[in-house]
Order: sequence, then C-alpha cells, then structure tokens
Amino acid sequence: MLEYIRFGIFAVLLLAGLLVEVTAVLGVSRFRYSLNRIHAAGMGDTMGLLLIALAAIVYLGLNAVTVKIIFIVGFFWLTGPVSGHLIGRLVSETDEHFDAEAKLWKR
Amino acid sequence: MRKKNKALAHLQEWLEHGDNALEVEMEEELEEELPPEAPEEDHLEREEKEDPRLNTPKKLEKHPAFERWYRVAAVVVCLLLVGILLFAAVHMPNFGQADTLVDSELSAFYVEHTLEETGAVNIITGIILDYRGFDTLGESHVLFIGVCTVLLLLSIKGEKDQERRIWEDAYDRNFEPRHDEILQTCARILTPLTLVFGIYIILNGHLSPGGGFSGGAVLGAGLILYQNAFGYQKIERFFTFRTFKAVSVMSLLLYSCAKGYHFFTGANHLESGISPGVAGNIFSAGLLLPLNFVVGCVVACTMYALYTMFRKGDF
Repeated sequence: MLEYIRFGIFAVLLLAGLLVEVTAVLGVSRFRYSLNRIHAAGMGDTMGLLLIALAAIVYLGLNAVTVKIIFIVGFFWLTGPVSGHLIGRLVSETDEHFDAEAKLWKR
Repeated sequence: MRKKNKALAHLQEWLEHGDNALEVEMEEELEEELPPEAPEEDHLEREEKEDPRLNTPKKLEKHPAFERWYRVAAVVVCLLLVGILLFAAVHMPNFGQADTLVDSELSAFYVEHTLEETGAVNIITGIILDYRGFDTLGESHVLFIGVCTVLLLLSIKGEKDQERRIWEDAYDRNFEPRHDEILQTCARILTPLTLVFGIYIILNGHLSPGGGFSGGAVLGAGLILYQNAFGYQKIERFFTFRTFKAVSVMSLLLYSCAKGYHFFTGANHLESGISPGVAGNIFSAGLLLPLNFVVGCVVACTMYALYTMFRKGDF
C-alpha cells in the first residue's frame, strides 16, 4: 500500500514538472520579445527543476544521491534567476526599441 | 489612483483579448515611434562606421571564375565529409553491445594493468597522463599556443594608437554589468565554492572522475565569474598578466621536465625512483597528482585569458 502511495506521489510530481517544462518550452518558442522569453525560461529553471528533482528524491529514497540532487537544485536556484536578471538588464540597456516592446507600468 | 485604474484596464484588456491584442498594439507603436532617420544614434554605431578596422575586406572580385568554383568545391567537400561521417556512424557498434571490445587487446590491457602500474584508481587519468602522457603534453602546449595567438591578435597592450584603447574601453564598459548588487551577492557565495570544487576535482583526479582539464575549466569559470561581478580592479589584486605568464610558463616547464624525466628513464629501463604508492591515497600514483595540478593551472589560466582577451583585449 505504502509503495503505491509513494509511486503516486512520484508520478504526480513528475507529471507536474513535465507540465511546467513543456509550458516553459512553449513560452520560449512562442513569445516574441526577449523579456517574455526570459520570463518563460525562468519558470522551467526553477519550478520545473524543483518538481522533477522532488520526484527523483521520492523515487530514490534518502541516500547520497538525494543529497547531491538537493545541492543541484540549490545551485540552479542560486544561478538561474541571476543569469535571467543579467540578460534582462542587458536587454533593457542595449535594445533600441525597448520602450515599444516592453509595456511596463513604471512606478 | 489613476495609474492603478490604467493598469487594471490593461489587465482587463489582456484577459479579454489575450496576448495578441497587446502585441498588435505594440507593433503599431513600434512602427509609429521609429523615426525615418535616427538623427542621434548610439555612439557605438557611429564609431563603427568611422573605425577603419571594422571595414570588411574586399572580395576576390579579380577572379570571378575562381570564386564560383571555390564555392562549388566548398559545398562538395562539405557534403563529402558529411557523407563519410554518416557512413562511419552507421557502421559503429551499438551502444552497450557486449562484444564490442572483445578483440581489442589494448583495452583489456589497460583495465588489467593500470591500477598496478600507475597506481591510479581512475583508469582514465592513468591512461591520459601516463600511457599517453606525450599526447596530453601536446594538448597542453596546443592550449598555450592558442592563447599566444589570441594575445598576438587581440592584445591592446603597448598599443600606440590611443584611439583604439579608448574605443576598447568604451566598448567594454557598455556591456559590463557594473556594480550589480544581485550578481555580486551571488558571486560572493558562488566564487569560493566554485574554486574549491575545481581544486577538489584537480587534486582527486587520480581517485575519482575528473582531472586537470575539467578541474581547470571549473577554476577558470570561477575566475570569470569573479571578474564579471567585481570588475578588473578587484581581480588585478591577485591575477594580472604577470601572474598569467608566470603560472602558465612555469606549469608547462614543470610538465615538460617531469614528463621528459619519465620518458628518459622509461625508455632506457632505468629506475625512476617514483613509486605508484598505495592506491587510493591522495598522495599516490607517482607523477599523476603534480601533473594534474599543472594541467589544471594551464587550463584555468588559458580560459581566463581567452575570456578577457575577447572581451577587452587587456588584462
């Protein structure tokens, strides 16, 4: 019984992660402007990775590999948003038509 | 209050018509806002027009027949190469096939004798730094020659043309993430971890997967991250052109001397005095640990030098 519950949690987490990743890929390929694409790609880097890693942790149980997976998630959560921020900053500084492309509500 | 209402109206519009309406609107604005001829362009573009170095070289218009046949020949050669490679790929053994290397004495020899002869638990390091040490020596020198060529072509050090220096500085400043709080906070956490991890990979090269090349790449990435976050002034406190020269050249010299000694004694059946030691210890496997360290230094310096040369042309 417990095995079935575990497998169910694993399957739900993996499917949710895949859904997020597919959404991210769709967003990256369908959006037109770079900032929108960064927005979509950042979702896959953080949420999708977390869900898939959680699925792997549930599947493998607690051992040395699981600790490494947690480290990987931490590393990606540290670096992915920063690289997204840097790309966004570069876009906002160098894009000529930035004001027309990005409809920001400035405060 | 009005601003909020406007935002709400935008949200309403977006919810009703989806992203398309917004995009169409944006495109209209884009077309409207584009002036027919931009009077004041970015200073970069202006200088690009003036800079004679950026003029494209003239085409080979003297020999039109030659150029036509040159293009045809290029396409034919590329197609031929693709065909040969695909043909070879079809005839490769399947991945994981059990009898792939049955008739290869060499791999059996390596698997049986590497641990005993070199003392390396990681067989790959044993092979590339001991049995095929000459090949790896050449690879390190190829890296060094590559970085020397880049230095010759891109360096602005000792440039008498002051305009070029100014141009490079202005160009660099445009794309440098200067004083970025987020990147600096991240780099403050990540740089030490990256460097320690690189050193760990290098020092454990003969015990676990890794070695000089991969560890050196990680070290170089850590240096580049630090440079990106804190700028040239901060990294010049411990890594300048002098450091680069000293570390690269000394590493290559040490490598050549150690390998030369190894070859000399090995070829003449002399006692080299270097024992494999106890396999699994950190100080074991004879020359492999210092050689891994040396290769890691060369690779890290090369990566950082290539990065900074292509970015600014100076250290």
